Amino acid sequence: MGFDRLSPNGRKAMTDTIFALSSGSPPAAVAIVRISGPGADSALRALAGKLPEPRVATLADLRRREERLDRALVLRFPGPHSATGEDVAELHLHGGRAVVAGVLEALAGLDGLRPAQPGEFTRRAFENGRIDLAEAEGLADLLAAETQAQHRAALAMAGGALSRKVAAWRQRLLALAAALEAAIDFSDEGEVGEAWPPGWADDVGALALEMTGMLAGPSAERLRDGLRVVIAGPPNVGKSSLINALVGREAAITSSTPGTTRDLIEAPMALAGLPFVLIDTAGLRESNDEVEAIGVERGRASLASADLVLWLGEPTEAPERARTILVQSKCDLPGPAREADVRVSAATGQGLQDLVAVLAARAATLLPGESDVALNARQREAVAGALDNLNEACAIDMVIAAEALRRARVELDRVTGRAGVEEMLEMLFGRFCIGK
Amino acid sequence: MKKRFDILVVGGGHAGCEAAAAAARMGASVALVSFTREHVGAMSCNPAMGGLGKGHLIREVDACDGLVARAADEAGIHYRMLNASKGAAVRGPRVQADRRLYKASIHRQLDSQSNLEIVEGEAAALRLDGRRITGLALADGRALDAKAVILATGTFLGGKLHFGRTSSAGGRIGEKAATILARQLRALGLPVARLKTGTPPRLDGRTIDWAALERQESDDGDWTMSPMTKGRPAPQLFCAITRTNRRSHDIIRANLERSPLFAGDISGVGPRYCPSIEDKVHRFGDRDGHQVFLEPEGLDDFAVYPNGISTSLPEDVQSAMVRSMAGLERVRILQPGYAVEYDHVDPRILEPTLAVRDLEGLYLAGQINGTTGYEEAAAQGLVAGANAAAWAAGREPILFERDESYIGVMVDDLTLQGVTEPYRMLTARAEFRLRLRADNAEARLTPKAIQAGLAGLERRSRFDAWQVRRESLERSLAREWSGAELHSAGIAVGHDGRRRPLSEWLRYPELDSSGLLKMEPSLADFPRALLDKAVEDHRYAPYVQRQDAEVARLRSDSNVRIPTTIDYAVIAGLSLEMVERLNAARPATLGAAQRIRGLTPAALAAILIHSRRKAA
Repeated sequence: MGFDRLSPNGRKAMTDTIFALSSGSPPAAVAIVRISGPGADSALRALAGKLPEPRVATLADLRRREERLDRALVLRFPGPHSATGEDVAELHLHGGRAVVAGVLEALAGLDGLRPAQPGEFTRRAFENGRIDLAEAEGLADLLAAETQAQHRAALAMAGGALSRKVAAWRQRLLALAAALEAAIDFSDEGEVGEAWPPGWADDVGALALEMTGMLAGPSAERLRDGLRVVIAGPPNVGKSSLINALVGREAAITSSTPGTTRDLIEAPMALAGLPFVLIDTAGLRESNDEVEAIGVERGRASLASADLVLWLGEPTEAPERARTILVQSKCDLPGPAREADVRVSAATGQGLQDLVAVLAARAATLLPGESDVALNARQREAVAGALDNLNEACAIDMVIAAEALRRARVELDRVTGRAGVEEMLEMLFGRFCIGK
Repeated sequence: MKKRFDILVVGGGHAGCEAAAAAARMGASVALVSFTREHVGAMSCNPAMGGLGKGHLIREVDACDGLVARAADEAGIHYRMLNASKGAAVRGPRVQADRRLYKASIHRQLDSQSNLEIVEGEAAALRLDGRRITGLALADGRALDAKAVILATGTFLGGKLHFGRTSSAGGRIGEKAATILARQLRALGLPVARLKTGTPPRLDGRTIDWAALERQESDDGDWTMSPMTKGRPAPQLFCAITRTNRRSHDIIRANLERSPLFAGDISGVGPRYCPSIEDKVHRFGDRDGHQVFLEPEGLDDFAVYPNGISTSLPEDVQSAMVRSMAGLERVRILQPGYAVEYDHVDPRILEPTLAVRDLEGLYLAGQINGTTGYEEAAAQGLVAGANAAAWAAGREPILFERDESYIGVMVDDLTLQGVTEPYRMLTARAEFRLRLRADNAEARLTPKAIQAGLAGLERRSRFDAWQVRRESLERSLAREWSGAELHSAGIAVGHDGRRRPLSEWLRYPELDSSGLLKMEPSLADFPRALLDKAVEDHRYAPYVQRQDAEVARLRSDSNVRIPTTIDYAVIAGLSLEMVERLNAARPATLGAAQRIRGLTPAALAAILIHSRRKAA
């Protein structure tokens, strides 16, 4: 018995536009970011400034506002003749971490775009009839594996500091919501009262402050991927020699010709037992050579995302002092001593131990310790979303405040799994004597 | 006697009456089967309709041309708009009704409904052909034929009344229980469990010292439960408030072992939000008192309903307890309070039409589905009645969505999550609460009701006229003004030099309906209620828009159907607990599956792919 709930002609579902890095994790030679959904064209236009011909690879400068992110190959595949059946755009980027991160961040900032969930491209492709059953079954297995992996991960995290922390926040959010909902749904019963729960603004503020603190703290990726240490300075001050001396192999090409390093060179390594990624940059100078200019620009971009900067130039020209370690290089050569945290010579190895010690000391303040709680990118996104909404929970209208809390709860649910209304009600009935 | 109908409705409570009337409005021939005609439309517990969340349901049933709101207005002796000081989305209209006038109104409305007759008798058994309903067998041997049967048996299914430690079979004081039918449902394999509810003693109003008590007057103003009602026909009475105190609590504590609740006689689960007074005292021992609302039961009735002290303690304890309260020192109990235990069916076996999934032609509505409250019952009656009639006529179902109505929220909650206690509507249950206001129920649902054939002529013409006026009002609100112009009229909005339509300026709390009249005096030609609605619509618009993406996701996932034959156990990656919940609820769409607690996005994708593979 029963009815078919679907209208046979099936209204076209309104969907978000999703994006994701669809090649392997950077660094790599090339990274492909894929965008699918009704907003794919407008996203492409926003970044590339133009819309290329369908299915024609086109060179374009990708920009976020004024900042140039990369010179990339872009393609567009209008639906339904695309991999997912929707409008699709592909960005073939230079595969450095900073470039990819910058582009993903720019996309997330566009209206109507959100990062894809695991398997979502495939799901859309399947829903739109673009892939067949065999392919879909492969996905099912993958998802099954994923849920099991999640299960293991969840078990591993149980009892961990992060899950305790987020669980505690969730409890506090639920308690705040319960107090507000009691005032809304049971105000006629005399036991709860019409007014805002006592201490409302303080309680909301205290929770918001804790979340802000957590977001300001070090992230879990840093522990996994290493602290990003950018070696920077004007051309030919010995940046590449320094990185080679630290890495102990010819990671970067050195020569005395200024401007030899045209692209970023990333060297992951452990120093004093701590994970680092050393990034060599092109010397920062104005250049007429187009390729070198791109390198210089990338160098500037990577400075912005660096955790630490080893600055080999004039102390007065150093970027943001807090993240910078002043290095006087080539200290084996004659010349005046200048202000520096450490003096090294890549040629003789002099001072390298000191530099490692300084790096280790600074890293200790940036990397989460054993007992610290660190958020990964997904968790960070969820907590930031919860915080945004929480900040609206001191509205004039109680119903608007309750809506802000509901949204905050939905965000945190992305970390902890769904908390239904039922859990909030449990708290409500547990704390307030309600009912006529 | 006629013995062949399209639809048979068992039970004449709020669910049964709405179900019968809705099915008849849709053109089905309907018989409402009740023990006695006399008890059809009775308010068996508190003499009130509406409240927080519940007022929304009443207005929604009314927007579909139902009975309850108009009956409440005809019988209304005390009106209160709850949460009047809060945002419009959570304001809850509540009416206290004269019991006799209420019942009389229901009878009049049912009698004037064509295609509907009341049959007196006990529905003893469902008649079946395999798993298909063919009609009802009555206890006196009569047999009725029908395409569909709607069970709206309230607390009568396996009902058992508890007065202190003594108990007897019954669904309501002085009435018998439906025990044979209860046995048949269990035998048919329906998942049946026990729930409990209670009622307070009724007091003799002539023995209450009203002068010593704080009075609560009826709201002034002229709002009504149904916009179809003109004014408030009945005289308005006042209520009074008293409190339990330490002495009352001592009396209760000293006698807890004489309560069937604490002595272990009652296995059914009671509602957390409507606890008995013994529960309140036991759980919140630190409180020194609980409010009790003394509500008159009618104009020419001296019975008073003390709202807040539902109890199943023995009568002598009840008497001592009430007499310990201010104003009640010499009160006489007309009818002691009691607890009722009854059977309910796990509503997860229902489709969103309230049809039982694997018994063709059987629909369930009201307390049998584990809900409590007149309003919840009436709303389910409407859903079951309309859908049984649609099904019997081979027409499309009439489905209510979560983003469109409290009715949709309730049906979705019941059919997907099931119940662990009697389910009561709360505004907190509606995630799209901001768009579901009691005052915009007509705009939300009447077009649907008209399309489904649920709305009568009078309702349709009222709605058309309303819509014309609303459109003309919107045109007046579309005129653009600068912030400076509003300022010079004394409306202190922040301004940036841009001109905006009044509808957009309404997002600033500084502009209200009196400000609107200053800017656009012609608006005075519109009814005040219409103007207020427009103000609220525009006031909430930015927040409502923010939810649009959420609504769109919900709707698009509701279009993805899961085959009824899906075997969740064979889908890789689903935990045992997920499989159990999915099997109990059998969600019809991916959207529904997603709302089941504990389901992850990965699990949903696995279900989707599996179901597509089955379909291929």
